[in-house]
Parts: sequence; C-alpha cells; structure tokens
Amino acid sequence: MTALGDLVRWLSDPANWQGSHGIPVRVLEHIELSGFSVLVALVIAMPIALYLGHTGRAGFIAINVANIGRALPSLALLAFGLVIAISLGLGLGFWPTVFALVPLAIPPIVTNAYVAIREVDRDIVEAARGMGLSEGQILRSIEIPLGLPVILSGIRTAAVNVVATATLGALVAGGALGRFIVDGLALQEYDQLMAGALLVALLAVATEVSFGALERATVPAGMRVVR
Amino acid sequence: MTPGEPLVRWDWIASHAGEIGQRVGEHLELTVIAVAVGVVIAFVLSLLALRIPALYGPITWTTGILYTIPSLALFALLIPYTGLSLLSAEIGLVSYTLLILIRNIVAGVRGVPVEVRDAARGMGYTDRQILWRVELPLALAVIFAGIRVATITTIGLVTVTALIGQGGMGYFILLGIQLFFSTALIVGALGSVVLAVLADAALVLVQQALTPWTHAR
Amino acid sequence: MAERAGATVELREVTKRYGDTVAVDRLSFTVPAGRICVLVGPSGCGKTTSLRMVNRLIEPSSGEILIDGQNVLADDPTQLRRRIGYVIQQTGLFPHQTVAENIATVPRLLGWPKERIQARVDELMKLIGLDPERMRRRYPAQLSGGERQRVGVARAMAAEPPLMLMDEPFAAVDPIVRERLQNEFLRLQRAQGITVIFVTHDIDEAIKLGDRVAVMRLGHLVQYAPPAELLAHPADDFVAQFVGSDRGLKRLSLLTVGGVELAPVDRAKLDGAPVLPSSMSLRDALAVMLSSEAQEAPVMDGDRYLGALSLQQIGRILRVDEPA
Ligand SMILES: Nc1ncnc2c1ncn2[C@@H]1O[C@H](COP(=O)(O)OP(=O)(O)O)[C@@H](O)[C@H]1O
Ligand SMILES: [Mg+2]
Repeated sequence: MTALGDLVRWLSDPANWQGSHGIPVRVLEHIELSGFSVLVALVIAMPIALYLGHTGRAGFIAINVANIGRALPSLALLAFGLVIAISLGLGLGFWPTVFALVPLAIPPIVTNAYVAIREVDRDIVEAARGMGLSEGQILRSIEIPLGLPVILSGIRTAAVNVVATATLGALVAGGALGRFIVDGLALQEYDQLMAGALLVALLAVATEVSFGALERATVPAGMRVVR
Repeated sequence: MTPGEPLVRWDWIASHAGEIGQRVGEHLELTVIAVAVGVVIAFVLSLLALRIPALYGPITWTTGILYTIPSLALFALLIPYTGLSLLSAEIGLVSYTLLILIRNIVAGVRGVPVEVRDAARGMGYTDRQILWRVELPLALAVIFAGIRVATITTIGLVTVTALIGQGGMGYFILLGIQLFFSTALIVGALGSVVLAVLADAALVLVQQALTPWTHAR
Repeated sequence: MAERAGATVELREVTKRYGDTVAVDRLSFTVPAGRICVLVGPSGCGKTTSLRMVNRLIEPSSGEILIDGQNVLADDPTQLRRRIGYVIQQTGLFPHQTVAENIATVPRLLGWPKERIQARVDELMKLIGLDPERMRRRYPAQLSGGERQRVGVARAMAAEPPLMLMDEPFAAVDPIVRERLQNEFLRLQRAQGITVIFVTHDIDEAIKLGDRVAVMRLGHLVQYAPPAELLAHPADDFVAQFVGSDRGLKRLSLLTVGGVELAPVDRAKLDGAPVLPSSMSLRDALAVMLSSEAQEAPVMDGDRYLGALSLQQIGRILRVDEPA
C-alpha cells in the first residue's frame, strides 16, 4: 500500500519531529488541552455529583444527564465554544475548544459519581452514622473509597471523549494533533493526515488503557476478594 | 458574530429552507444506513459470541478499540483508501455502533431467566427455536436500549462527517465556523439535537409496539 | 373417567456422576400408569437430577429409563420432551407470550391445527379455573402467583402427555394457595389419568399427593412405598426422622373413620358424644373427641349408624405400627 509507505516515511522524517509544529509539541498540546478541560469539568461536576449522590437528590437527572450528553454533537459543542469564546473576547484556538470539551466531559462524570455513591451499601453508611461519623467523614472515608472504581470509570469515559474531540480544536485554529488531520485534509497531504489520525488514535487508546489500569488498582483491598 | 449581525437571521433560514430539508434527509440517510448495517453486523457477531463464549472477549476488545479511536481519526485513516466518500463515512459510523449493540444483544440474551430457558428446553424446543422464539424476543427491550444509544451517538457523529464531504446538519455547523455565521451554526447544531430527540422518541414507540408484554398492566 | 391411560415409567439402576460426586446412585423404581410418584428428600439429595434425566434435560451416566417399555435414550430428546409435560417451581412461563400462547406452546410445536389448539386452550383454562374470555390475552406479569402456577400446569398438560414431570411446583406460593393448588391438581390428575413424577422436599406434600413416595438421601433411594406404609414402617432411622415424630398423627390423617373396625355399642349409650361422619379422617376424629372429652363416639354413614369409635382404639392403631 503506498499510503502506508507514505505514512511511515512521514513519521520517520526528522523534520516532522522538530520545532513548534513538530509531533512532540502537538502531542503535548493535545494532552495539555485535554487535561485542562477534564480538570475544569471535574472541579465543576464532582462536588455536585458527590453532594447529590450522598443525599440521594435529583437522581433522575443525575442518571440521565449522560444520555443527554450523548445527543450533543461534538461539532455543535465546538460551534458553541466558538461563540462563547469570541463573545468573551478570548479569541480562537485554545479557549473555544475548552468551552466545547468541558460540557462534553461533565455528563459521564456526574452520572458515574452519582451512581458510585448511591451504590454503596446503605447499611454500611447507617452503621457509620451510628458510630458517630459526620456526613463529611462518611463521604470521605466510606462512600468515595468504596465508589472510587466507578467514579474513575466515569472520568475515563470523559477523558477518552475529550481526547477524541480535542482533535476538532484544529478547526477553530487550535493546535494539538487535530492540526495534522485538518491540514492534511485541506492540503490533501494524506501522509500527514494519516499520521495525525494514528497519533490521536494511539493517544485515545492509551488514555483508555491507563485509566482502566488505574480503576483496577483502586478497588479497595477488602473488595478484591469478592470480585 | 460580526458586530451588528443578529444571532439568528430568519430570512437566511427562509431562503435556505430547501437546502435545510435536503441536509436533514442526508443526515437521516447516513444515520439509518449506519445503524441498520451496524445492527446486522453486530447481530452476526453477537450470535457468534453467544455460540462460542471464548470469542466474546476478542470481539468486544476489537470493537472497543474501534469505539475508542476518535471519529475524525478513523475517517482520516480511511480517506487514502475509500476517499471523501459516503463509504468512508459509513465505515466509520458503523464501527462506532458495534460495541454498544453487541454488548446489549449479548447481555439481553444472557439475561433471559434460566427457568424460562429451562422450561422451553423441557417442552421440546430445539436450540434454534429457543434462540428465535424465546431468547431474542425477551432480549428485545435491552437490544432496543442499545439501538437507541447507537442511534443518538450516530446522529451526533454524522455532523463530523461534514469534514469529509458528507455531514447532513454538520455541513451548516462547518459553514458557520468557517464564515463566523451564527445562523448556520445554530441551524446545524440545533437541527442535529432535534433529530436525535425525535429519533429517540420514535424508537421508543417502535419498541413499545414490539414488546407489549413489558408495559401491560 | 380417565380419557387416556398414563404411561408406565421404569428407572433401572440410573446413575448420574459429576466428576467424582455421584448425584444419583443406581436409582431403580417403577411408577404404574396413571399414578403419582413423589420423590422426596432433603435438599441436594438428587431429586431434580433424577427428574431431569427422565426427559433428558440431563443425560444419565448409566442405567436405563423406560417409558411404556421404550428406552428414552432411543428417542430424539426434543421429540421425547414434547410428549412429556414439564412443570417447575419458577413456572418458566414465557413473559412475552399471553396465557393462551403459553398454554399452546407444545401443541404448536407438534403442528396441531389452529381450531384444535384453541379448543384445547379453552378447555384447559376452564379446568384450571381461569375464565378464558377474561384471562386469555393476559401476560404472565398480570397474573397472581397461584394463577401463574395453574397456567404452568395447564401448559404442561396441553398436548395430552401420558407423563408429567413436576419439580417443586407449589413450593413458591403461600400455604393457603398451595393447599388449593394441590387439591385442584389431584382432581385434574385423576380426571386426565396422567402419570406424574413429582418432586418436593416437603414430606407433608409427598404424603398428601403421592400414590407412591420415593424417599431419597445422598443420591440413594432409601424407601419406595405408599404413604401409609411409609408412615407405618419407615425403613430406617433416617426415614423415621424425615417423616417426623408425628408420623403416627400423619398416618391417622390418611385413614378414615369408616375404614376402622368399630365396636357394636348401643347407639343410645353414645348420646351427647359428637357424631363422626364415616368419611372423616381419624386425625380429625381424634381432635373432635379430645376436645369434647368423649371416650367413645358414634360413626354415621349418612343416617346409618355403623358403630362406635373409641380413643383407646385410635391409640391402638397409633401403636400397632411403631418400629420394633
Ligand atoms: N451440574 C452439576 N455439576 C455438579 N454437581 C451437580 C450439578 N447438578 C447437581 N449437582 C449436585 O448433585 C446433587 C443433587 O442435586 P439436585 O438433584 O439438584 O438435588 P435436589 O433437587 O434434591 O435438591 C447435589 O449435591 C448437587 O450439588
Ligand atoms: Mg431440586
């Protein structure tokens, strides 16, 4: 296949590994953009989800928000990110993409954290309350540790979605790995296009795999036997 | 977005009604083909996984990778081979539906109560009759839940195929981004969301018609 | 009364092994046509395994099972199962099919014509006390537990099988409903003349329903006898303990006042004592007499005086069968 040959040639060209348009910089930009967006989403979503989960309030909304999130097309989110960033005078590139990625990341985080807390055995919580733990202590020392794998699985879904969608940032003059794809498309340079696609795919799979490992590692020791 | 420009220019929408309708049709066509082909492939793979349980792991692993690969990346990888074509778009869209559909089909069939399967066998159903007359009908509710998620996801993803010359409502979003034209942005984004909501409602109705026992009281 | 004869079932040295464990060990017994054989024993003793080998849901490791002299292993399993009714505790009704469709399952598999199926469904629904007009189109989720069990029994009987296998069919319903289902089932079985192999862990149910009771323990058959015999002469300590220390009383409930040799006492001497109809069980008679403080009571068959029953005599019957 000539396309594959071109791809290999492009990837092995030292010029593509250097400078502000090189692969390492683009990868770092991609990670920075994704990481920042997930972080912002966590700061917004986690306190709300944990509060709702602990009190059991607004369950229907908390559980279904993930489905609603799925219906939002990523390209449309980008469009709204663009509108917001421009009206706030933040310009193109980084910020419109962040505004698109944060709402994308929030739903799975909320739903999983809510479910994680609700699924903790109510008898255990009652016992803790009976022993005099405060509500905050119950959340910190019981509900969060026991629900951690499920909470992390929500963050994983969010992170993988964000890494995937961050690619679109190149459409609004952003950097990151989407640059290779969008430029490759525009210039019909299929080697660059495929290299970008491959790198993004690898990054997404790597995100998925490392979060999966993290989830397994955070199952509380006492519960590993049961599984 | 240009100063002085209203957020929505109704005259633009009115003068482009025909094109909007055409793009809606394109959006639906892309979605229906993707979900239909996805259901057929997922169905075959699910039957395989149910028949040979050792295959379930590899099948979900492979479709899981396909699901994880960003849509734009997948489309891009296909372009050198299948071009800026409907085929490229559909290959990408279909591969996204597989994981969700297979998981639900297999879970639905496996979730049939053992005693129901046992009774069927005890009355002389063959394995094939058990699958077609008992397991699949009973799995229908769960399978439909998968089809709903797959459809909603696909409708959102179709917008991205605008980048490879397809796109349905995604065409307007892209147009809006390129021209900084909010009316097209809103038409595209809102149109896609509305399509998703309507499609979901339609699927709920179809499911209720197909599974009357789930809501009889 | 029976429209068709039930089948004779014979198990010969039937054994089922799972690796090193022997679930059923050389089980042999014969169920005469049209009779109810109850397999009873503690949980895990091999009842279900034994039952499911008859319709080959489980294949025996060795031994033979004959239905009307025909080895079940000679037949195609699905064809065999269509000729044998099968009822289980959890009913296994198809949730996606109506009551009528559920009952019609096996006749449809056998390719009966539509009219015959519909007639049979209506007939069975009436037999189990469900109004066809009202209940035909309901789904299992719209029935009570007792109704579901009835439909399960009707479904098993639909294709007029000569043999029915029932695995704890009434264990999941409450005691009052269970009693009613048991009585209906007995009536239905007598009317249709079907042979039944019935599994239960409840000795009282075994005694009430069984023409023969097979007591199992750890995969073995410990005793195979009619209920009265079982109560009178338990084969060993295990059976004696399993049937319970009140087995004398249980046996009294199997005997009627009219079946006892009565003393020819002058009727006039028994004034004031409670009158016992001849069809009354000895157990009920004992209860009546103890609560009235009468030592003797007159037994009547309608208006005819048969003789007197005394507490002493009931005591004698209780004692006669104590093990040596
Ligand atoms: N598939 C199987 N594999 C291994 N052992 C089994 C299997 N099925 C049943 N057994 C064993 O066989 C014995 C008899 O089981 P079963 O016939 O279900 O008992 P019962 O119906 O009298 O409660 C039990 O000890 C059970 O553990
Ligand atoms: Mg059993």
